[in-house]
Amino acid sequence: MNLEKVVFGFFIILAMTLNFGFVLGDIDNPAHHHIYELFFAIVINLIATVLKFGERTQIGAIHLASSLVADLGLLAAAWVWVLAVHIDATGLTPDATASIVSLSAGALAANILSVIMLLVETVMFRR
Amino acid sequence: MHNTLFMILRRMRTPLIFLIISHAISILGLTLVPGVDAAGKPAPPMDFFRAFYVVTYTATTIGFGELPGAFSEAQRVWITAVIYMTVTVWLYSIGSILNLLQDPALLRMARHNRFSARIRHLRQPFYLIAGCGETGTLLMHALDSRNQQAVVLDIDPERVGTLELGQYHLDIPALTADASLPENLLAAGLLNPHCAGVIALTNDDRANLSVAVTVKLLRPELSVLCRADSLETAANMASFGTDEVVVAFEVFGEHLAMAVNSPGHHLLYEWLTGVPGEPLTEPLEPPRGKWVMCGYGRFGKAITHHLKQVGIELVVVEATPDVTGCDDCIVGNGTEARTLLEAGVDQAVGIVAGTDNDINNLSIAMTARELNPGLFTVLRQNRHANAPLFQRFQASVTMQPSSIVAHEFLSLLTTPLLSRFFNLIRAQDDAWVDVLISRIAAVLEHTVPEVWDVELSSNQTEAVWEAMRDGTPIPLQAFMVHPADRSEALACIPLLLKRGEKETLMPDPETRLQAGDRLLFCGERQARNLQSLGLYNFNVLSYLLSGQDVPGGKVWRWLERLAKKPGAGNPAREQA
Repeated sequence: MNLEKVVFGFFIILAMTLNFGFVLGDIDNPAHHHIYELFFAIVINLIATVLKFGERTQIGAIHLASSLVADLGLLAAAWVWVLAVHIDATGLTPDATASIVSLSAGALAANILSVIMLLVETVMFRR
Repeated sequence: MHNTLFMILRRMRTPLIFLIISHAISILGLTLVPGVDAAGKPAPPMDFFRAFYVVTYTATTIGFGELPGAFSEAQRVWITAVIYMTVTVWLYSIGSILNLLQDPALLRMARHNRFSARIRHLRQPFYLIAGCGETGTLLMHALDSRNQQAVVLDIDPERVGTLELGQYHLDIPALTADASLPENLLAAGLLNPHCAGVIALTNDDRANLSVAVTVKLLRPELSVLCRADSLETAANMASFGTDEVVVAFEVFGEHLAMAVNSPGHHLLYEWLTGVPGEPLTEPLEPPRGKWVMCGYGRFGKAITHHLKQVGIELVVVEATPDVTGCDDCIVGNGTEARTLLEAGVDQAVGIVAGTDNDINNLSIAMTARELNPGLFTVLRQNRHANAPLFQRFQASVTMQPSSIVAHEFLSLLTTPLLSRFFNLIRAQDDAWVDVLISRIAAVLEHTVPEVWDVELSSNQTEAVWEAMRDGTPIPLQAFMVHPADRSEALACIPLLLKRGEKETLMPDPETRLQAGDRLLFCGERQARNLQSLGLYNFNVLSYLLSGQDVPGGKVWRWLERLAKKPGAGNPAREQA
């Protein structure tokens, strides 16, 4: 067992589960989507991205790309939240909530792709 | 390719993760610690946006003071913790970035990448030069002044550094690398389609040999020119098709023998391979008679071999005859009068000081000159740094291996026909050569002439090519007159005409030129420039041929041709 692989897998799966937990619920109901979950999803996604830096393999490149996509989706969701709560000061209307959740759902797709690739890699290199 | 980027990203992982975690903890804490409102009553904690804002400026610039509102005591406690944590992490991150930027492995990789990128962006033919010592530097200066791009590999970082300081017009990419390793040759653009040839000039025969092998295996069609110090290496290189091998000592020995045997040939050689613009050298006339040869190393052997061939009697002086394999010689350094007298220097006409030690060589020559002031002295100079001493001594001939190799390569690279020309004139007698010398001397103003090749091909000489396609007869004479006034002759002489396999020395000005002909000219630089006008410019060419100005642009020429067509029709054009 390799500790580096454990940490790597842990963060990738954690990023996906947190993201999933945030997306779960009615799309336009702010009560179903806690902001702390989004915060942790962003932090863990950023860490997962950094962990993927410097991989030279083809699969490593796709890993990094999917993580960057997920970061982009989640940061966009956070930006919509800042717009709704602070700049426009409209509060979390159903419109804003739907937009935040759909952006993070996009990120979830990228995170799921990451986990699939992790599995593929594991199956390919069983030793 | 992007190795540097990957390396930086890899090394930055830990600091980045620390940064993310410390920021995340700080932000999270701020969203949990209760605040206080303007009236001093407890207020709900900050939300994420404000917490992010506060942490961002606190972590990077403590003291930047725009607060969303006064902090509560609990918030102050937390901010204190945030400051200590984030500042430590930032210092650590900045430290690792600075460390990374000074990492020798990374710097080397970055230099390597920059070098390969510059070579990929070269859009003109270039020569790959392995080794930029004295020979390499001379050659590069000469190539540079002819606007020929070069790429340099050298194992010594100091020499590469000197190269960057050198005064070159062109930007010459250089890399500190071992040229004997194929990967370095590949990085230097061996497989690049613009690579025109490889020149191996290192002072290590084995490195030169491995460069030659690499090139002949990876790109057999590319020409490779090698310097070799020993005859065995030269034979080895030639055995697998190295295009040119120059052994400096052999070349010099050959020339010295040529100077003894036929001074005219030697003078012609000196004139045509010299640096254009410098004063013409006086004929060198080494006397026939008894010579003393000091030092029987590789140089001594080459000289002895060539001088004996032209029938010169030689007495060899050698300090270690058993090492160098000299059976019939006088033992000694030659630096002391006794040995020289024993060798018979008082009756000799010439002396060659050819040991591998410059100071010994000078000492030999000085002693010999004292014993016999009329001696013809040949000095071997090993190190460029000793040049002032050799200049002061003023030997009859000073032999510098580096400049000999550089000159040989330069003439091979820039005027391939010139070596053919020398091969052909070897068969000519002294009288023929004397006539040529007086013709050249009459045209020139006492300076070394330029020597240049002209190839009549579609991409080299467009105007001539088009005129030939139209069937216009073009005599050689057309390129020997002034483009502004046909009655005035240009200061140039055609030396050689190569048509297919047929080579004609000193072609007749009335010769009608054909497509694919290659010509070798010598003359003044200005004559060369004026001549090229006629080769590239259709209007100038038609004036040179007919003495009349004709319509200029392509469209006008086409219209004129169209107007002519319905008439008698030019049979030559229909053939084309």
